[in-house]
Amino acid sequence: MIWNTFILALRGIRRNVMRSVLTILGIIIGVAAVITLVTIGNGTTAQVTEQIAAMGTNVLLISPGQRHGPGAASTAPSFSVKDVQAIEEHITDLAGVAPSVSVSAVAVVGNQNWSTTISGTTNDFFAVRNWTMKAGRTFSENEINSGRTVCVVGDTIRENLFGDGDLVGQKLRLGKVSCQIIGLLEAKGNSSMGRDQDDCVIMPMKAVQRRFSGNKEIPFIQVAVKSDASTTTASAAIQSLLRKRRHLSDNEEDNFRIMDTKELASMLTSTTKTMTALLGAVAAVSLLVGGIGIMNIMLVSVTERTREIGIRLAIGAYEHEVLLQFLVESVVLSSFGGIFGIILALAASFGASKMLAIPFVPDLSIIIIAFFFSAAVGVVFGYFPALKAARMDPINALRHE
Amino acid sequence: MAEKGHPLISLTRVTKAYGSNEARIFALRGIDLTIDSGEFISVMGPSGSGKSTCMNILGCLDTPTSGQYTFGGVEVSHMSRKQLATLRRFYLGFVFQGFNLLNRTTAMENVELPLVYRGIPPKERKALARKALEQVGLAGREAHTPGELSGGQQQRVAIARAIATTPSVLFADEPTGNLDMARSHEIMELLKQLNREQKITVVMITHESDMAAYSDRIVYFVDGQVADIENGHAPAVKGGQDR
Repeated sequence: MIWNTFILALRGIRRNVMRSVLTILGIIIGVAAVITLVTIGNGTTAQVTEQIAAMGTNVLLISPGQRHGPGAASTAPSFSVKDVQAIEEHITDLAGVAPSVSVSAVAVVGNQNWSTTISGTTNDFFAVRNWTMKAGRTFSENEINSGRTVCVVGDTIRENLFGDGDLVGQKLRLGKVSCQIIGLLEAKGNSSMGRDQDDCVIMPMKAVQRRFSGNKEIPFIQVAVKSDASTTTASAAIQSLLRKRRHLSDNEEDNFRIMDTKELASMLTSTTKTMTALLGAVAAVSLLVGGIGIMNIMLVSVTERTREIGIRLAIGAYEHEVLLQFLVESVVLSSFGGIFGIILALAASFGASKMLAIPFVPDLSIIIIAFFFSAAVGVVFGYFPALKAARMDPINALRHE
Repeated sequence: MAEKGHPLISLTRVTKAYGSNEARIFALRGIDLTIDSGEFISVMGPSGSGKSTCMNILGCLDTPTSGQYTFGGVEVSHMSRKQLATLRRFYLGFVFQGFNLLNRTTAMENVELPLVYRGIPPKERKALARKALEQVGLAGREAHTPGELSGGQQQRVAIARAIATTPSVLFADEPTGNLDMARSHEIMELLKQLNREQKITVVMITHESDMAAYSDRIVYFVDGQVADIENGHAPAVKGGQDR
């Protein structure tokens, strides 16, 4: 009996290939769109979180300039070596203090050149930013103090200027300055802002100040707080120290800014979450449109289906048999479309996550919701016209126009 | 199903009205008719005389507005939808004027359909369906869909579907309406044969007295009433040597 109904339902699907395909298509598009977009959104969020974790969640970024108001940064003085030393001396629980001077320059090797950013800093930089060495070494005490033109390069520099060959000990020209490579950093990939973190050249700070920026200003200090200490406490201590050193009276605002990476993390995460929600909303619209498509196709075929039901009733089918058949038909179609949509979505989002270099994070609850929504639309609009028809007198169903 | 002493089918003052109040039109104005088991009856009459309406009521596809319809001594108007469906499933066969075949479905599957609902196993079902198609001269057309068949062929598929189940009563609304003379007579011979050999009661609407001549009785309908019942045979051209 059940088997018979199942056979009849499959025959019904086979007889109406076009209608079946369109129904399935509506479900596939709805399900696939939602799952794909949400999965990509989740992947982006996961990537941001991952990158912030890689950057270290206990890092404070200190830069001159007010928290509020445009143009403030240009008038506020930079930091000096003495500021860095004061932080190192007076603030406890710090894992590292890395001053940083950045300039843009074109790196040249032979006839190849590559535009990049040079950061002048100390060895603390590697610890603060979680860099590990792939080859070579970090700076020696002597190189730091005397400002020798040696450098550690990121993986992008190696890739674009050296290829696969060994580059430690080789020379690199940065603008007019010749520089010896002493180390290669492990590749890190893109940052949460989409910047290529591996596109960098690290030099002793004095070398950058002397050969490139031409002054002794330090526009950026990164501080790593020990993992068991509070960044909030450290941040407050640094703030009061810097206020004192910059001679700010009590009613003046800070002319520098301390940003906690935790703060940055929550900001970025909330941004990507908003984006995911937005993508989800767009996808929900396509799910709805898919549902309306299914509804249309089902309603258009009501006349034909009513006649068919009339015929079945006339030759002795029971109401419940006809209904069961149509229900099975709808469920089979909807599940088929849903499963196909899920497979398509997983394939598409897997491909997209590979292409965008983000983690692949499928969300089971979204998959289930999308599947059941489409299935419900398919079943409701496949089943209810049938329900109406099956309750008519056979002769009226047969005559239905 | 018919008990001794009861006619198989009995209509008493059956009416059928469409519309309501002033717009009420009576298609049947009180039909009294009895049909015995094993009879072959023709129903004739002008268009709009209520033949088809009466046939639909007899076939349990439609319900009378008033009056009694008993089938095998059982009052049909008190039956539930499910009981009516059971009656159609196991005792009645119907050849529709408009064929009412399932579109995009092969002749074989169309003929199999009532057998599926009877719960006959696939092997037997296919054999019965094939035999019925052979009987109406459609052997070799099993895999064709109605769209690929001519009107006459579709009509024969409809007949095959109705006879495949060997019903107690076969209702046929102009079963030869789309067929040529030779084919019409073949079908009539087939119905006659089923009537004689398998004791299938046949009730047939026809416009042709040639076809009516195969029957035992002719019921004439005029304006929603039975005008005349002719026993024996109408002006016989052919056949009619049965009694």
